[in-house]
Amino acid sequence: MSGRRVLEAGPITRTTLALFARASGDHNPIHLDPAVARSAGLDDVFAHGMLSMAYLGRLLTGWVPQERIRSFRVRFAAITPVHARPTCTGEVVHVTAEGVATVRLTVALADGTVTLTGEAVIELPATPPHD
Amino acid sequence: MPIPCSAAGTELPPVTVDVERGRLRFFAEAVGETDPVYLDLAAARAAGHPDLPVPPTFLFGLELERPDPFGYLTGLGVDLRHVLHGEQAFTYHSVAHAGDRLVLRPRIAEIYSKKGGALQFLVKKTAVTRADGSPVADLTSVIVVRDPASAR
Repeated sequence: MSGRRVLEAGPITRTTLALFARASGDHNPIHLDPAVARSAGLDDVFAHGMLSMAYLGRLLTGWVPQERIRSFRVRFAAITPVHARPTCTGEVVHVTAEGVATVRLTVALADGTVTLTGEAVIELPATPPHD
Repeated sequence: MPIPCSAAGTELPPVTVDVERGRLRFFAEAVGETDPVYLDLAAARAAGHPDLPVPPTFLFGLELERPDPFGYLTGLGVDLRHVLHGEQAFTYHSVAHAGDRLVLRPRIAEIYSKKGGALQFLVKKTAVTRADGSPVADLTSVIVVRDPASAR
């Protein structure tokens, strides 16, 4: 395992947020109802942080079989507005002699705002592939 | 109103959930998944899974299956409009699948504040096992609560 992977997600529509609220069980109206968002001083609703983390999850499971993911952590750095098109990036930054890779994870918006940063630890197969 | 630090150490009621295949498919579609391993039973089996696998972040939502899932926050006087998800971490022990009965045991591990109380942090840790006790994952959530009054 080496190199870098990119996954382009979205656009995150209001429908995406409604479906994700139901799928994830997070029905907090701050993600669904513009009136509630405005009452909290925001211009509009914003996406669930876990939606962006789920996109990073897709990036990882499209890269390695899921059972090799040992850990996966993120910090939510900025909110993701509705209609955003997040770009998810994973980059292998370290591989140990025992075959454990550290992948640095980032999600950014089109204007460059970084919304998530994080890291996944991946167990490599005993016989590494040639890529 | 600040969250009382005495809430740290509180065990929240465990949640037992049967993971349903249809629910996993709906989640996969909601997050734009196109990998057939997460959508199609035959593809999942061909990849060596007994059923559709539970994707890496799905476990977070299972804890919200309880009635009034944010009651542990509102019960501490938190206004949900002022809540942000600060961090989320998963440590995996084994991949769960549709058909598994999972038990989630959440507890409030830590509460601390920054910026003179303008921001409070609540750390929740949840152990996920199968009904037979075999470990699936450990989750850590950091919830940030803004206090608009003390920010002024």
